[in-house]
Amino acid sequence: MVDFRSARFWIPLVVLAGFALLPVYAGLTGQSFYVTLFSRILIYALAAVALNFVLGFGGLVSFGHALYMGLGAYAVGILSFHGVTNGWVHLGAALLIGGLFATVIGAVVVRTGGMTFIMITLAFAQMGYFLAVSLKQYGGDDGLTIDARSLMGVVDFGNNTVLYYAILATLIAALWLFNRILGARFGFVLKGTKSNERRMLALGFPTLRYKLSAYVISAMVCTLAGFFLANFTKFASPSYMQWSVSGELIVIIVLGGMGTLFGPVVGAIVLLLLEEILQGWKPGIYPPFEEIVNKHWQLFIGLFVILVVLYAKRGVYGYFAEARRE
Amino acid sequence: MTWGLFLTQVLNGLQLGVLLFLLAAGLTLVFGIMNFVNLAHGSLYMMGAYFGAAAFAATGSFIAAGAIAVVGTLVLGFAIERVALMRLYSRDHLDQVLATFGLILVFNEVVRYLWGPSSIYMNAPEALSGQVTLFGLNYPSYRFAIIAAGLTVAAGLYLLINKTRLGMLIRAGASNAEMVSALGVDIKFLNTMVFAMGAGLAGLAGLMAGPILSVQPGMGEPVLILTLVVIVTGGIGSIRGAFYGALIVGLVDTVGRAFLPILLQMTIERSIAQAAGPAIASMLIYLLMAVVLALRPQGLFPVRHG
Amino acid sequence: MNAILEVKGMLKRFGGLTATDHVSFDVKHGEVHAIIGPNGAGKTTLISQLAGELRPDEGDISFEGRNISAATVPQRALGGLGRSYQISQVFREFTALENVMLAVQAHAGHSFSFIKQVAQDAALLAPAMEALRQTGLEPRAHAVVSSMAHGEHRQLELAMTLACKPRLLLLDEPMAGMSQKESEEMIGLIRSLKGRYGIILVEHDMDAVFALADRISVLVYGRIIVTGTPEEIRTNQAVRDAYLGEEGPA
Repeated sequence: MVDFRSARFWIPLVVLAGFALLPVYAGLTGQSFYVTLFSRILIYALAAVALNFVLGFGGLVSFGHALYMGLGAYAVGILSFHGVTNGWVHLGAALLIGGLFATVIGAVVVRTGGMTFIMITLAFAQMGYFLAVSLKQYGGDDGLTIDARSLMGVVDFGNNTVLYYAILATLIAALWLFNRILGARFGFVLKGTKSNERRMLALGFPTLRYKLSAYVISAMVCTLAGFFLANFTKFASPSYMQWSVSGELIVIIVLGGMGTLFGPVVGAIVLLLLEEILQGWKPGIYPPFEEIVNKHWQLFIGLFVILVVLYAKRGVYGYFAEARRE
Repeated sequence: MTWGLFLTQVLNGLQLGVLLFLLAAGLTLVFGIMNFVNLAHGSLYMMGAYFGAAAFAATGSFIAAGAIAVVGTLVLGFAIERVALMRLYSRDHLDQVLATFGLILVFNEVVRYLWGPSSIYMNAPEALSGQVTLFGLNYPSYRFAIIAAGLTVAAGLYLLINKTRLGMLIRAGASNAEMVSALGVDIKFLNTMVFAMGAGLAGLAGLMAGPILSVQPGMGEPVLILTLVVIVTGGIGSIRGAFYGALIVGLVDTVGRAFLPILLQMTIERSIAQAAGPAIASMLIYLLMAVVLALRPQGLFPVRHG
Repeated sequence: MNAILEVKGMLKRFGGLTATDHVSFDVKHGEVHAIIGPNGAGKTTLISQLAGELRPDEGDISFEGRNISAATVPQRALGGLGRSYQISQVFREFTALENVMLAVQAHAGHSFSFIKQVAQDAALLAPAMEALRQTGLEPRAHAVVSSMAHGEHRQLELAMTLACKPRLLLLDEPMAGMSQKESEEMIGLIRSLKGRYGIILVEHDMDAVFALADRISVLVYGRIIVTGTPEEIRTNQAVRDAYLGEEGPA
């Protein structure tokens, strides 16, 4: 049932093909910097796709998903610190700890709704942040340097390009998985609950358990992003769990197109490239202003976010995907 | 662990509690009446601290600094409400959260541009730089003054909300906004008033926190999140809930951080206690919030609707 | 005939207001039991307590002999209580077919299925189409609900309720906001269901009530003042005084 002419088909295809070819281009031009930049973009895309599963399709506006990125990163950091270098152990630990936290926190948050949900997901993420800060033996405030990337057998994370492709493969797998889930009975229940929870209950769905399950799945994919982030930066820091990271993930989703599967990927590209461009913008027309832009780029991101909310709620990908469907 | 040390920590907790109340009061009223969540409330607190510090440095008068901080944030609150936030009242919560998230980024950068990225220091006024003696215990006068000022404002708010016509409208608005507009009240004006008043209280809190915390960009967000914990624990929209929630959170956080590690060391092995003590203490208020929500999803003092 | 639903001494207070005042009644298999009453009599509060959205302060509800007073909304729905809402509660972003499929899915066991696609799920599609056919919405199966007319929403409400394979239907003003023609179609539809389900019908449209009901209970200020056949209700003086007034049924 794929419509080959629709934007929903060719935008993801072109974007993913671009991702796949990027290291080749970087190799040819000698700009290894691109691989680093786009590794970051892929990690954020993965986290945002995971968040969008509950936010865009389940209506659960979690303002605390950075927590799970941080947990994934600390799983790698703390195990490495104790001399455990096996990457599969890192991965398993990350998913386990993420799933555990998500189950406990989720059991509290999914009982609430609306505003309370937003506030307490934010609060629980802050709890994780302070927890990380209080762990003095693991660097506390300063974070934890990781000596070497996870050892994953034949897949050599020590090579930036290999790590890049591993993240890309994971992102594609996550997109495939979420696409299947959303088309299956579980996804049907999730979307129905977002649309009209009262009716779902009256039909006989105990909605809480489905919301909780979706929250845990989403959180675990987010810890996966954290696992990659720690490997990419060779660092685990409380700042990964900062409230502003959770905010950025939501911005990425809205920017790309909420409630579309692929929107967050486009949103991650737009937001992170914009940040990169603002920081290095030097056309030389009026240097004093350009210096302000470079130094205070967050000011412009802030204004941009406000404008997007007020005037462009459908998002970049959402705009094209819907325009062509009409 | 001495009695005096404990009392000092209780007073510190009370002092944090009243600061949180000043922030929570405005935020919870705005939420109750406009059904609007303002994440940038912490930024108004930050602006209050900066206005106060700058005015104190320029005039040398703490009274003048106070007036400028409160009036400055009040006007600022009025302006952002009219320019941007007013349009968001009818939008969904996601939009409100995102737009005010954008505002936070803007405020933090403006402050960084105007006052630089590092923290600036602000002294307590001369008259309050000493100590007061309470039950044989020496306690910094300035911190004591914060508690007194906070409780005074709380009492004033109580009178305003329970004894005046404006307060009646605010209470009615919090439980049933449609009824208020049906009474023929200019609801837009009431909204702006409440928002600006909340901003002024946040500014006052920022000013008072200035001499005891460092005044720096981004100082508003940790406080904002604590305030959210207060509101959720106390019951969203309820001033009474904000008051008790603030005191509970302030006390539990301060006293817990001070004594939980010591208590743990007395009960479990030292090395484990040293590692786990601060970690658990830092999570205490969030665990408290989780327990409250599990038992009473509406918070401790929910607003009665109808 | 046995009673499928039995309500005894149900009481619900909101502050000082008694919304449901010691209400007792029953519904037999295959019977249409209508509940009428002036605005504010507490009809929707009553339905909400039967469906489980509100908990009565006192009294018992038993369904097919089991006491269900403590059951949750989903438990009652799965147990055979189907409810349609006064204001259509449908999934506006979904197609009509998808709406009914969700209703079927609710009763097809748990929904922890992550890979098999719903669009090819014959176990959901076939019963959903059947429910749409029953309510005359089959031609509109693939229309998105937000683009459908009000009357069609009401039909969809009923299709979803039927797809839950209920044994008792709680119909909360199924004719609300319908045109004359749509109402007549709905009356025909409910008549076709009569005998197969126990039905509680809350309705303002008196023509519909007297055309469909086997028994009628009159609710005034939370109390049932009389229960009887349509003929008895029509001639009951207390009902005329309390409720029907000058606009009584012809």
